[in-house]
Amino acid sequence: MKALPPVDVVIVGGGWTGLLMAKELGTRTSLSVVVLERGALRKTEDYGDDMDELDYTIRLRMMQDASRETVTLRHDMSQRALPLRQHGSFLPGSGVGGAGEHWSAVCPRFLPDCFELLSRTAEKYGAARLPEDHSIQDWGVTYDELEAHYTRADLLLGLSGKAGNIRGKQIEGGNIFEGWRSAEYPTPPTKVPYFSSMFAEATKSLGYHPYPVPAATTSRAYTNPDGVSRAGCTYCGYCETFGCMIGAKSQPTNTLLPVIEKRKNVSIRSGAWVRRIAHDAPENKGRARGVIYIDAHGKEVFQPAELIFLASWTLNNTRLLLLSGIGEAYDPATGRGTVGRNLTHQVTFSAATAFFEKPLNRFMGSGASGMMFSDLDGDLIDHSGLPFLRGGTLNARSARSLPISECGVVPKSVKATWGSEWKKAALHYYDRTGRIGFSGEHLAYKGNYMDLDPTYKDGFGDPLLRLTLDWRENERKMAEYATAKAVEIAREMGAKEVNPFPGLRSYDATRYQSSHIQGGTIMGTVPDRSVLNPYLQHWHVSNLFVLGASAFPQNAAANPTPTILALTYRTADAVIDRYLKNPSALA
Amino acid sequence: MRRREFLTLSAASVGGVLVYSLDRKVSRLSAQAGQSIRIPLRFFSQSEALIVAAAASRIFPSDEAGPGAREAGVVVYIDRQLAGPWGRDGHRYTQEPFEENAAAEFGYQGKATPQHIYRQGLKDLTSFDTLAPAEQDQKLRQIETTLFFSLLRQNTVEGMFSDPIHGGNVDMVGWQLIGFPGPRMSNYDDVDKHFGEAFRPKPVSLREASGRKVRPSEDME
Repeated sequence: MKALPPVDVVIVGGGWTGLLMAKELGTRTSLSVVVLERGALRKTEDYGDDMDELDYTIRLRMMQDASRETVTLRHDMSQRALPLRQHGSFLPGSGVGGAGEHWSAVCPRFLPDCFELLSRTAEKYGAARLPEDHSIQDWGVTYDELEAHYTRADLLLGLSGKAGNIRGKQIEGGNIFEGWRSAEYPTPPTKVPYFSSMFAEATKSLGYHPYPVPAATTSRAYTNPDGVSRAGCTYCGYCETFGCMIGAKSQPTNTLLPVIEKRKNVSIRSGAWVRRIAHDAPENKGRARGVIYIDAHGKEVFQPAELIFLASWTLNNTRLLLLSGIGEAYDPATGRGTVGRNLTHQVTFSAATAFFEKPLNRFMGSGASGMMFSDLDGDLIDHSGLPFLRGGTLNARSARSLPISECGVVPKSVKATWGSEWKKAALHYYDRTGRIGFSGEHLAYKGNYMDLDPTYKDGFGDPLLRLTLDWRENERKMAEYATAKAVEIAREMGAKEVNPFPGLRSYDATRYQSSHIQGGTIMGTVPDRSVLNPYLQHWHVSNLFVLGASAFPQNAAANPTPTILALTYRTADAVIDRYLKNPSALA
Repeated sequence: MRRREFLTLSAASVGGVLVYSLDRKVSRLSAQAGQSIRIPLRFFSQSEALIVAAAASRIFPSDEAGPGAREAGVVVYIDRQLAGPWGRDGHRYTQEPFEENAAAEFGYQGKATPQHIYRQGLKDLTSFDTLAPAEQDQKLRQIETTLFFSLLRQNTVEGMFSDPIHGGNVDMVGWQLIGFPGPRMSNYDDVDKHFGEAFRPKPVSLREASGRKVRPSEDME
């Protein structure tokens, strides 16, 4: 195996977290930084002809090639896991920018109590109220500590929205339930399409507090503190599963890459498939020495480095630690080990599919343009008399109306699924159908985790990652509750017919839910229950940091990207201000 | 290499020019009579193509609600998809062992590729294209729960509504039926207007909108 000349820093993965760390290190230090990305290089101009639902939404051109690597799934430890032979319930991205290229760009922050979920919940309801097999934890960082970093992320992306709480002062029209913000959003809210405005009116009359969805598809042209300018959104509707052809949707390639490209000390190597992190044994202070990868020409190479950041999405971050034998794999039977524990997804579904008399013109909008409300989120409702803990947000977003996916969605009263009767209904309802979406918290459980599959392998012969994952009563009851509320709202909006969400049964890998998969390398306050310290530094391998949602002990209702960016900024500060001066454990 | 197969269609049955009337109904202007079009097939034999065309026409019929799978050229779309990476499972994980009877929540777990599924499924529809519509419907109801039918149904919808670059949705007939304008670059001036009334800009295809010669996935390796 060929050893390449050593570099100071290797970053595995060129998505939001990897490129943000590359930008921070590249601009604030003179360290040599190499980013290794499996997929291809790409820029905004590559997206000029991607507005094709078939190739991008149905055939999933921007996602990881499942023929080379996927994950396996089982619902509990008694089952044999099966490979997800095609992507379904979540969509791992590939290429420079990663999943940050094809996202919807919905950008709420987490509620403050999410970061202290175990202690706050136990304090209010008593530990006995928690589900028997829960494994929820506090994060080891608080909202107050993260707020400044959230604000940096807002400014980086140029977020559009309306603040509801500036330094404790509640502001009508924003989310009055959110954690305090130090400032108003950098850009005003996006325009509100018809369906979303109907939702806002109806929810207001029902006593909720709707606010514009915080959006990284910015409402007008914006120049961020790094001097990077992006266009304003034109509401073309091609956001989720697409890259933005005009760069209005903030993506790593249009927000971070322009800065990185100017830095001579940072380079990005595409087509680099990292298979192992080389490291010394723990008794030798557990130092990571570099990474072994297959380069774009198919050659195995060793890249030595002083400092290593894993930034390759939840699934691959976890898998690389397991494949490299760094730390002890979690065993749910004994509770020993930490790598792979606390796998969470999100309780996300179309709670009410509503059919109206009037056309909605739903081809206009963006992935994040719309209205939502938080009255039922977190612990904002009293759960004393409810059969579940925590909650989520309901929303009415636009731009999920592409015709292959949506034409043929008809009211339950239409029984035909093909032929003239069905066609007539499909044509009539295509633009008269709106979806009220729910996004809810997913608690962590002892039995939901990741390890290496004993049967199935990737293209190199390495074991696939195995997910053991299923819903519990808490999520099922939460879903029922949210569905009933959504149906009530749809009726208030004037829907003639409503298809309610049928309910959560077993975890369904074929229904797209969200690409918000968390856990596996979680952060925490003690090494026996977490992989990383609160600075995302490995507890035992101090020159290894792991970035991204794999660090989340459990998931919140909100979309993860702003929180991921805030945590990455915080880690960058800790590395630059403290670690580089004295390379050792930060906590 | 197999003999080159062609699908011969009358010009009146595919293509043509579709326009909006003032009440936003779709209508066909003109198709040149007496001419026929020979379309080279990439996967199907001519007899298979005729069966698929007939079946797609029962799934998405041409009727009083407007044109259907025949006018959109759905069979050409399906032929190209099957010949391309999707038809060969180019991007599906195909390592053994296969669990053919897995629960639905795990997605399709079988070994057969879309090409195989079509080829096998079409054996049950011999001479389907020569049956009367009512008999065709009866035949399709018999196979309604098969994997082949669910693929055929999904592919028919795709062929109706995907960009014309993929061979279906000829003249954007599918988009015109539902009032979808295609990849329209900007809705900035309209997104917060037209509340409660249909706003139906003239559709544009991806090639028109982007000004590029876009290469569809079925033409890639």
